[in-house]
Amino acid sequence: MTAAPLANAGALARYRMMRRIRSFEERVGELFLKGGSAGSMLHLSIGEEAVVGLTDAMRDGDSFTTHHRGHGVFLGRGGDPNRMMAEIAGKEDGYCRGKGGSMHIADRALGHLGANAIVGGGIPHVVGAGLTYRNRGTGQISVAFFGDGAMSQGILYESMNMAALWRLPVIFCCINNQYGMGTRVDRSAGARDFPARAAAFGLAAARADGAQVEAVHDAARDLVAGAREGRPGFLEIDAYRFFGHARMDKSPYRTPEEEAEGRLRDPVATARARLLAEGQAAAPDLDRIDAEAGAEMDAALAHALATPPPPLSTMFQDVYAPGTPAPRPQAARLAAILAEELRA
Amino acid sequence: MTDTTYREAIRQALLDGMEADRSVILMGEEVGLYGGAYGVTKGLIDLFGADRVIDTPISEPAIIGAAIGAAMTGLRPVAELMYVDFAGMAMDQIANQAAKSRYMFGGQIGVPMVLRTQGGTGRSAAAQHSQSLEAWVMHTPGLRLVMPATVNDAYHLLRGAMEQPDPVVVIEHKGLYTLKGALDTARPDAPWGQPATRRAGRDLVILTYSRMLHESLAAAERLAAAGVEAEVIDLRCLNPLDEGPLVDAVRRTGRAMVVTEAVVTGSVASELAAKLGELCFDWLEEPILRLGGEDIPIPVSPALERGSIPSADLIHDTALWLVTRKAPSWAA
Repeated sequence: MTAAPLANAGALARYRMMRRIRSFEERVGELFLKGGSAGSMLHLSIGEEAVVGLTDAMRDGDSFTTHHRGHGVFLGRGGDPNRMMAEIAGKEDGYCRGKGGSMHIADRALGHLGANAIVGGGIPHVVGAGLTYRNRGTGQISVAFFGDGAMSQGILYESMNMAALWRLPVIFCCINNQYGMGTRVDRSAGARDFPARAAAFGLAAARADGAQVEAVHDAARDLVAGAREGRPGFLEIDAYRFFGHARMDKSPYRTPEEEAEGRLRDPVATARARLLAEGQAAAPDLDRIDAEAGAEMDAALAHALATPPPPLSTMFQDVYAPGTPAPRPQAARLAAILAEELRA
Repeated sequence: MTDTTYREAIRQALLDGMEADRSVILMGEEVGLYGGAYGVTKGLIDLFGADRVIDTPISEPAIIGAAIGAAMTGLRPVAELMYVDFAGMAMDQIANQAAKSRYMFGGQIGVPMVLRTQGGTGRSAAAQHSQSLEAWVMHTPGLRLVMPATVNDAYHLLRGAMEQPDPVVVIEHKGLYTLKGALDTARPDAPWGQPATRRAGRDLVILTYSRMLHESLAAAERLAAAGVEAEVIDLRCLNPLDEGPLVDAVRRTGRAMVVTEAVVTGSVASELAAKLGELCFDWLEEPILRLGGEDIPIPVSPALERGSIPSADLIHDTALWLVTRKAPSWAA
């Protein structure tokens, strides 16, 4: 006995992914409060979960880079919450063995070419990935995810120009959460029509409502299809950052009224309401999805707290490739200078 | 073994590297149709096509950033920064991205790319086209750095760089492109990563690299006429730096000077003097001297430009002073 198929299995899957992202980010907040995170530079993507509309339009083999607020993007591309949370805690079995943390998670196997803590820093890397795919005719695409802050960085425009000039299979995705740290976008952008900027460079450009994951998905599908054929694209996801810039930020630069209004544009709640209204899911089904996501992320949090930190000796590994000259611990040099038996 | 030029040797390394490995691409400003600002890449676009010899817009950060992304995904890019001075535009991609990806990402994602560039004085190119910025690179863990001084090294240090698993910065010298010399593509002067002793001597050791090798060798010939035998070591590779032969030479002679073209303060010369001073303290007869460029921006006037960096005369006089303790006339 099988259940009747849902009218839109994709929409339900995207709801589940958004709920997992929301739960993950909430546990990152808990990890910080428990003192288990490596530092406080933790940038939550709560409010930006509709990025799933694009990650879900990508395929296995596609690559991407993210900014410092990239947990949601990586989960959307298949990131393992246990290894992500362990990395955020600076633990040895994290994605980067405790070397990168929240702002530098990467996973070669899933095409994650790296989260970046320099605003705009990872954007040109997708241009290079696009060159690889173009030259080899692989049919892959590469997507740069960044925030509205990067719209003020020159390297974005250099990169969009190259992508258009060389007809690369690349997409630039601006998750506009309205704030670059404490500066609202109307205080940083002389002209706020970001897709118009991209279009001026010759890219296929679109804006989608970040409260509507299905709207993002519809726009993303077209852009992804075009990119695969050498027509690079730009997508602005118009969202709202629910919380402060990082964990220590109480958002003194904006009003509670503005926050309350912004949080009404909740992509998770909006998707849930739509699934129910359209009869694509029943409340108990969605409740079960929510509970599963919560339990999964509870387990990731517990894992991150329990798993051991990296041994000190790993500090010198991976500055350069294995088998090539590596940095030596300072103590060895000091001993060569000061140890009596080594002196004439 | 053929007689050729430094410029042709670099071109030959690129050509051989591209023939040996289809994943090698060249990218940079004017590397294709124009053939390179100094003519190094002339004709390569005809041999390998525009997909592998890529003329870029004037966008240094994105040139290097794109090379990084290409390296991360399986190509072996050789990106050209037309002048090392332009690193100021691109330093984030060099120092924060290329250098740190392998480490930040826990060893998962290496960046096997070469950044070819050139620096130094000699063309009255003034303050923004004449610098020696190798200290910026050497100060950044995650980068490799080689600086060829000879025709044979121009080939072999670049070929070796193209086979490294990590980003290598190759800083050529704009004053050496027309240098003539022997190229033996089968035989490097020394293994990649190791220094080469260019002249043996018992009285002092001159440690140098790039164009200052030639000034140092000229000075050493004149020192020999005065009865002072200078050993001249060409460092070739600043990262990795093989300290062993340098320590041996300094301990053997008890006197050393480091000669470079870069401004002295905060320089590679300062680092070497400190390192060797620590490791050779008990063997030293004199402090290790640093002889470099004056701590000024490079002036355009040929006379001022020449006067701002070490000459064979200055190296000779300083070495003689160091060994004999007799002050040269200009020091009176």
